Amino acid sequence: MTSIGNRHGSAVITLPSDTDYLVTRAFDAPAKLVFDALTTPELVQRWWGFETSEWLVCEIDLRVGGQWRYVIRERDMEVGFHGEYRELNGPHRMVWTEMYEGVPDPGPENYPVCTATLDEVDGVTTMTLHVRHTSKEERDAVLATGMESGMQVSYDRLEDLVQQAA
Amino acid sequence: MARTPTTTDAFSAVAEASRRDLLDAIGTGEVTVGELVDRVGLSQPQVSKHLGVLRAVGLVLVRVDGRHHWYRVNGPELQPIHDWVRHFERTWNTRLDRLDDLLAELQAPEERP
Repeated sequence: MTSIGNRHGSAVITLPSDTDYLVTRAFDAPAKLVFDALTTPELVQRWWGFETSEWLVCEIDLRVGGQWRYVIRERDMEVGFHGEYRELNGPHRMVWTEMYEGVPDPGPENYPVCTATLDEVDGVTTMTLHVRHTSKEERDAVLATGMESGMQVSYDRLEDLVQQAA
Repeated sequence: MARTPTTTDAFSAVAEASRRDLLDAIGTGEVTVGELVDRVGLSQPQVSKHLGVLRAVGLVLVRVDGRHHWYRVNGPELQPIHDWVRHFERTWNTRLDRLDDLLAELQAPEERP
């Protein structure tokens, strides 16, 4: 029997350093299938973005040094990301760069670097996605939005503080 | 007066790693500057400077008791930052829940051929 949605809302964000964040999520699927869903255009278009997104570009050149680019239209706004595959050890590990196209391009050497590891145990695959911002300038640009700084406070500690002191 | 970008609001105040360390060190208790110097390994002037910023944006409150100043975290002021982290987590959950559904669909037996 396939139960849909029993793991919904279970992604966990942690903050290993000032420039990094980690997303952890388990899936009831073999690592091979999760890897395919991350790297096959037909499958990416079925989950990345939003339910209402219209896909304009979904290009994946799946080899080390190969480029990828996603562009969706969401409420009349085009949202694009692109980058390069750095390491492909399917189905257990891949490394790529990922740059949002809505801000000035800092040059490929300064793109955030994403590392996904897929660990399969008894048919359950735990994905750990590690996102590392690569330069102070790039990080500060994000900090300047006044948004990501919040993310850098240790989430668990913060929750304790808020609940205790509120 | 020129606005100092690192001290204008709670979000920018916690962009500085030392101030996050101080908030963690204060924790859920009430502590003196001297205790914070011991806990975070900064000099007293540095701790006092960062506490000044945290007080200015309302993230830290102070109580004066005789010769001692007791510092504590102001929970409600941390709430917007906390809410933003939650928002970020929700965004990720939305995306990964869709991946979850797709993986379930790909593994489901054909129900209606």
